[in-house]
Amino acid sequence: MSATKHVMSVTVRDRPGVLVRIAGLFARRGFNIESLSVAQSDDPGISRTTFVVTGEDATLEQVQKQLQKLIDVIKVIDHSEAKFIDRELMLIKVAVRTPDDRVEIRQIAQDFRARIVDVARHALVFEVTGDEGKMNAFITQMRDFGIVELIRTGRVALPRSETDKERLAAVQARAA
Amino acid sequence: MKGAEALLKALEQHGVDVVFGHPGGAILPVYDALYDSPIKHVLVRHEQAGAHAADAYYRASGNVGVCFATSGPGATNLVTGLATAQMDSSAVVAVTGNVATNLIGTDAFQEADVYGITGPVTKHNYLVKDVADIPRVVAEAFHIAATGRPGPVLIDLPKDVQQAEFHGTFDVDIDLPGYRPTIVGNAKQVRKAADVIRKAERPVMMVGGGGQVASAEVMAFAAKTGIPVITTLMGIGAYPAGEPQALGMPGMHGTVTANRAITHCDLILGAGLRFDDRVTGKISRFAPDATVVHIDIDPAEISKLVKAHVPVVGDLRDVLPKLTAALEPLAIDAWWEQLDEWKGMYPERFKRDQPLVSQEVIQLLHEATGGDCVVTTEVGQHQMFSARLFPTTRPRTFITSGGLGTMGFGLPAAIGAAFARPGETVVCIAGDGSIQMNIQELATVYKHQLPIVIAILNNGVLGMVRQWQEMFSAKRYSEIYLADSNPDFAKLAQAYGLDGYNVFDREAAAKLVPEVLAKGKPALVNFFVYEAEKVFPMIPAGAGVDEMIVGDQEPENEPEVPA
Repeated sequence: MSATKHVMSVTVRDRPGVLVRIAGLFARRGFNIESLSVAQSDDPGISRTTFVVTGEDATLEQVQKQLQKLIDVIKVIDHSEAKFIDRELMLIKVAVRTPDDRVEIRQIAQDFRARIVDVARHALVFEVTGDEGKMNAFITQMRDFGIVELIRTGRVALPRSETDKERLAAVQARAA
Repeated sequence: MKGAEALLKALEQHGVDVVFGHPGGAILPVYDALYDSPIKHVLVRHEQAGAHAADAYYRASGNVGVCFATSGPGATNLVTGLATAQMDSSAVVAVTGNVATNLIGTDAFQEADVYGITGPVTKHNYLVKDVADIPRVVAEAFHIAATGRPGPVLIDLPKDVQQAEFHGTFDVDIDLPGYRPTIVGNAKQVRKAADVIRKAERPVMMVGGGGQVASAEVMAFAAKTGIPVITTLMGIGAYPAGEPQALGMPGMHGTVTANRAITHCDLILGAGLRFDDRVTGKISRFAPDATVVHIDIDPAEISKLVKAHVPVVGDLRDVLPKLTAALEPLAIDAWWEQLDEWKGMYPERFKRDQPLVSQEVIQLLHEATGGDCVVTTEVGQHQMFSARLFPTTRPRTFITSGGLGTMGFGLPAAIGAAFARPGETVVCIAGDGSIQMNIQELATVYKHQLPIVIAILNNGVLGMVRQWQEMFSAKRYSEIYLADSNPDFAKLAQAYGLDGYNVFDREAAAKLVPEVLAKGKPALVNFFVYEAEKVFPMIPAGAGVDEMIVGDQEPENEPEVPA
């Protein structure tokens, strides 16, 4: 068996310590959380978290079941089982040494549809959104110029609409 | 009404009549309210014992056990008890005091992060910050503890919340959108299970701790199908050991017949168990030819260790009657012939070539009570001997720390069991090592004059550790010797006000055991037993069930045995 990367969405009740419970579970099973994002959902009191973890399928199935056992966890989805969209956001500060550099950096940024959010004489800060591959490609490109610092949000994910028909139908029924 | 009174009222509402606990600064308001409450409080001498007593109270009665402790050291002392209850799926509600909310996080006197510390050893826990939440939190705690797969729940109650004026209502709704245990087994899966059981030629049923709530259903299923029944350490009593269909305990120190049956069977019906490593040994050699049907209320246990071919998530009380109805008596005469042959070949046996051995003391206790009492054990050799030689006949009467293997469990567990089943004799079988881990509870036994007979099988060493060192560490006995500094246990018992006896040989043992049991009052009997006795059969850790060392269970006349 080989380890594969899994993107998991965990819907939780917004209670103190809920993240510790989830993180503790991953830690006890020896999983490294590669990325984690947490934020409120459209339901008050409910948060949606996205984890990226690597592990063997059988062990991840066990983690999923153990997560489901946590009282404050409402739903666990392993996106690897269906099609999903994922994005992350990065803020990256790139050193600008020469005017030529500036032109080149801005050109590359344009190709990546990165937005300039801060301009200084010796540095530019970009906001980049996209999937993991795009983030990594942009980082590679900027490395030659000199990355001063960067921060990534970690991935967030949603199932594609076609794989989530039930939910869609429920919302449409409510609206009608 | 203050928060502390609201807590006690909420507990009363949930039928709590006894609490095991120890007071301290941060839980003083609760103890003040207790003064006027109808709830009986049993003062233990160490908080760990309170948790074990509450745990055993549940195991013996089926009603949630409750314990109290103060903040900081009081609460951290509960941790072993909570972990024990968690591993053996025991419904406990623990209430701890904590420092006032404005002091939390300031390293205040007797402050510990109890919410953080107890998270991994409880089914769920709460830190209550608003006094109005108390009734809902208590209701949720009891619901979570007792339903689905039972487990401990801790409620951490800061002192100012206990002291705050309560204006809320006790008419509360529980609000747990993420908690919906599956009780009813999926009909399709039940049908599949019935199909594979029907076709089996060499089936066995393995009943675990889940069977304690479903003893009648287990017995009805076994009676109709004629299936052989193995009961794990946690399942003892769920199916009576004396029945002809009983094969005894499986695993590391299980019976030869049970382990052979596992190796040779073509179907295992696992009912309310989690295939612990002490039961399976090396997984790849566990029941290699078997189709595995696994019924459990906890979906996370299905295929966690042993791959289930037919999983059924649900309560045994729902699933087993459906299977019983779907099946006819199984045509497994040939299988039974084989099993009976093994049973005949490997009865329980031990040598009596010493003045006194552990096994015969346990047999004496078993004979004197007819197995019709509550047994609690500590952890070690005596625990395994007890499981095999003193299996009780009713559910909820064999109380032992199986999963966590907690030395120090047996004596406080006997206290909890005595409160849970008033009027019944409780026999606490202990070793001279483990009894000392909560020996202070002799005071609690004395105070309440509980009908507990403590039998110490005193071999002067940590026997199970000694056995492993003898067998697997070339007799390099390391830190196991107790005899040179053991107290005189009889005198110690007497100092606590109990009847205390020292017994050195089988004649005295045979005379004393029935006498002490007939008295129905607290007593401690210290039996000096053979030091080097070993528990056999034994499957070495990590070995396969088929690699059992039979030891002194070897038949006297070497028979032809299939591998």
